[in-house]
Amino acid sequence: MVTNAASLGRSGVHDFILIRASAVILACYTIFMVGFIACSSPLTYDAWHGLFSALPMKVFTLLALVAILIHSWIGIWQVLTDYVKCVSLRGVLQFVFVVAAFSYLAAGILIVWGV
Amino acid sequence: MKIQAKAVRITKISSIEQSEQNVKKQRPVHLDLQTVKFPATAIASILHRVSGVIMLFAVGILIWLLNESLASAESFAGVQSLFDSFIVKFIVWGILTALGYHLIVGLRHLVMDAGYWEELSSGLTSAKVAIALSVVFSIIAGIWVW
Repeated sequence: MVTNAASLGRSGVHDFILIRASAVILACYTIFMVGFIACSSPLTYDAWHGLFSALPMKVFTLLALVAILIHSWIGIWQVLTDYVKCVSLRGVLQFVFVVAAFSYLAAGILIVWGV
Repeated sequence: MKIQAKAVRITKISSIEQSEQNVKKQRPVHLDLQTVKFPATAIASILHRVSGVIMLFAVGILIWLLNESLASAESFAGVQSLFDSFIVKFIVWGILTALGYHLIVGLRHLVMDAGYWEELSSGLTSAKVAIALSVVFSIIAGIWVW
């Protein structure tokens, strides 16, 4: 069995399930957020702040950011392994994108923590 | 005798390999980019990848906007005033377009996982419908932002 150190899951099947599970979370979060902003137009600071001060919304946001980490890790791995043949360059790019996704998660935790 | 038989076998194998190479060389190569056209399914697939990579950068912008909008009432008003500029509107419209496209074609993928739209004709139709829906969503998003 061919395993790749840069992939997220332990196998292709694991990655297959992880990218779809995270996609479902991201789809729900996206539809909810776009729906909320569209329905509460014009958006006020009180409504926006009130939304993110509720615990379920904080959990939902952090869940979405974990899903972004998983989804982007697998997604960028699929893109890079197809188009970047130079292994060292691919490794560097994979590193940069995964670090970016981790940074998004860290920033998101700090942002909703203080609300 | 054994050595001779081996040598014969080796020359036979190498001649088979050579003839295979010759067949490959003689095949017509068609790379006229003016006439080669991607089917809708291929276009849907590559745009799904492009929009996904765009979203990786877009999430950074969105998280920065989230931080600014939640920090205080003043910074929330600051974010709202940002939307007066054409460039900001264009970037947000671009993000919404990439996001909408990635979501719609992603949903198509989930339907295909369930075993539907896997035939050539249904796959082509669903790819075209997904692209058309994304264009409609993009126009709606444009009207919304401006």
